[in-house]
Amino acid sequence: MAGRLMALWDWFDSRMPSVAEEWRKHAAEYYAPKNFNFWYYFGSLAMFVLVIQIVTGIFLTMHYKPDASLAFGSVEYIMRDVWGGWIIRYIHSTGASAFFIVIYLHMFRGLLYGSYKRPRELVWIFGVLIYLTLMGEAFFGYLLPWGQMSYWGAQVIVNLFGTIPLIGPDLALWIRGDYVVGDATLNRFFALHVIAFPLVLLGLVAAHILALHDVGSNNPDGVEIKKHKDPKTGHPLDGIPFHPYYTVKDIVGAIVFLAIFCAILFFTPEMGGYFLEYNNFIPADPLKTPAHIAPVWYFTPYYTILRAVPPLFNSQFPGVLAMGIAVMVLFFLPWLDRSPVKSIRYRGTLYKSALGVFVVAFLVLGYLGTEPTTVWGQFEFDAFFLDTKEVATWVGRLGTVIYFLFFFLMPWYTARDKTKPEPDRVTM
Amino acid sequence: MSASDPIDRTRRNLIVATSIAGGAASVGAAVPFVVSMWPSERAKAAGAPVEVDISRMEPGDLKVVEWRGKPVWVVRRTKEMVDSLKAVAGKLTDPGSRASAQPDYAKNEQRARKPEFMVMEGVCTHLGCSPQMKTLAAKAEMGTDWIGGFYCPCHGSKFDYAGRVFKGAPAPLNLPVPPHVYVTDTTILIGDDKKGA
Repeated sequence: MAGRLMALWDWFDSRMPSVAEEWRKHAAEYYAPKNFNFWYYFGSLAMFVLVIQIVTGIFLTMHYKPDASLAFGSVEYIMRDVWGGWIIRYIHSTGASAFFIVIYLHMFRGLLYGSYKRPRELVWIFGVLIYLTLMGEAFFGYLLPWGQMSYWGAQVIVNLFGTIPLIGPDLALWIRGDYVVGDATLNRFFALHVIAFPLVLLGLVAAHILALHDVGSNNPDGVEIKKHKDPKTGHPLDGIPFHPYYTVKDIVGAIVFLAIFCAILFFTPEMGGYFLEYNNFIPADPLKTPAHIAPVWYFTPYYTILRAVPPLFNSQFPGVLAMGIAVMVLFFLPWLDRSPVKSIRYRGTLYKSALGVFVVAFLVLGYLGTEPTTVWGQFEFDAFFLDTKEVATWVGRLGTVIYFLFFFLMPWYTARDKTKPEPDRVTM
Repeated sequence: MSASDPIDRTRRNLIVATSIAGGAASVGAAVPFVVSMWPSERAKAAGAPVEVDISRMEPGDLKVVEWRGKPVWVVRRTKEMVDSLKAVAGKLTDPGSRASAQPDYAKNEQRARKPEFMVMEGVCTHLGCSPQMKTLAAKAEMGTDWIGGFYCPCHGSKFDYAGRVFKGAPAPLNLPVPPHVYVTDTTILIGDDKKGA
C-alpha cells in the first residue's frame, strides 16, 4: 500500500515538481529564527481567521438576499430557520472582530520588534494594505444585515468621502449609486464584500508572505539570522525549519485561539454590544438615527480622531483628513524610525515610553469612540479656548495629538534614544 | 540576445505603440464599469414633492416626513422657541446663514417662510445623521446652558430651533432648508416652491 502511494506521488512529482519545490521553499526548508515567542502566533492566526471567514461567508451567501426590502429578514431567517444558520452567522460576525484583534496584536508585534525596518519595508507595506482592505471588507459587510447601525454607519462613512473638496459630493453619489444609502448601495456593497475585496485580500496576503519569505522573518531580538550560516549546509545557525517546528507551534496557537473563540461564540456572541451592536437588531430606518451611534469597536480609535477635530473654514474635511492621515502614516513607519536597533529589548527609554504612551492613547481613543461625546460630562469652568466644554472631546483631542506625535516625532526620538548593543546571535 | 546587443528600433517602437494603444483600450473598457455605478435612471426619476398637513400640530410638535429618502422636519415652534433664536446668536457658527443652504425666502433669523413653522432637512451637515429634538427638559444631559434645539447623536453637533449650528460642533453649516411652499394655510408642499405645483 505504502509502495503504491509512493509510486503515485512519484508519478505526480515527475509531472509537476513545483508543488514539492514550493513546499520546501515555504515550509520544510524555510528557516525561521528559533526564538519566536508568544507574539509570533498572530500571523498564522490571521490566515486561519481568513479561512474561517471565507468558508462561513460562502454558506451565508447561500441564504442571504442583497435587497433592501429582504436583507434584514433574510438574516433573521438564517438565524432562526436555516439549519445551523445561527452558528454560521455568529462564527462570521465573531470572526470579523477576531480578525481585527489578531491583526492589531500582529501589528503591535511589529512595533515591539521593529519588524517593519530594513529589509522588511515591503512586508510592512503589504501588511498595511491588508489592514486597509480589511477595513473596507468589514465596512461593506456591516451594511449587509441592513439594521439601524448598518444603515447609519454606511451613511456616515460614505459622507466622509463627500467632504473631500471639489470631487467629494459626486464621489459620495458614485459610491452610493443613489442620493441616499439605499438598495443600490446594499447591492454593490454585497458584490464588493463577497467577491472584489476577498480577491484583493488573498492577493495581498500572498504578496505579504512572498515578501517575508524572500527576506526572512524578524525575531524578538531583531538580529538577522542570515548573518551566521552553517558553512556545510548553508542554513542559518539560529534558524529552524518552519515545518515541522512552527507548524506544530502554530497549531497549538490555533487550538488556544479556538478555545477562546468558541467561548465567545457560545456564551456572548454579541460581546455586550461590541461585536454586534444592539441597534443593528432593528431594521434600517432612513428617517431616524439611533440615539447613540458608534462604529464597531475596531474603527473607534479613528472615529474619535474624526470627532476630535473641529470644522475649519466651514468644512468638516479637516477631521476626515486627520482620520485618513492617522491610517496612512503607518505606511511611512519604516522611514520614520531611525533607531539603529530593531527590537524593544535593545531600545532606550525614549522609544519604550513613547510606545507605552501611544498604546494608552490608542486604547483611550478606542474607548471614547464607542461612547457619546457627553460620556465624561462637562468642564466646570469656562475659558476663551473652550469651544466645547465636553471633557471627552478634549481627552479625544489630547489622544489624537499623542497619536500623531508618536509618529511625527519618531525620527527625532528614535535617533536620540540611548540604545543597548544588539547581541550577535539570537538569545533564548 | 544579450544586454550589449544593439536595440532594434523598429521592434522597440512597435512595442511602445502597441502598449499605448493597449493601455488606451483598457482605460476605455473601464468606462462602462465606472459609469454603471452612477445612480440609475430609475433612481434619478424618484423624488417627487410631498404634501404635509399641519392643521393638527400643537405648538412644540415635531413631524417627520420623508422626501427623497431623507427625513424632513416640520416643527410648530412655540413663542419661547422663536424667542430663543435671538438669544443664541453669539454662540453660532453661521448666525446669518451666509454659507448655509436654504432658499432665499428662508434666509432670515427663523430660517422660515412663517416664524411659527420650521421646515428643515433633518440631516446633519457633518456626516448625514439625523439629529434629535432636545427641548429645555433635556437640560440635564445637554448641559446647564442649553436652551433647546437639536442634537446629533453621531458626533455631538448641536443646533438651535432654526437648525443653526452651535460653535464647537463638528458640523460646519446650518441644517439645509428644503424648497417648500404653503399650498393652503394648513398644507405645506415640500420639494417644490412654486405655488400650485
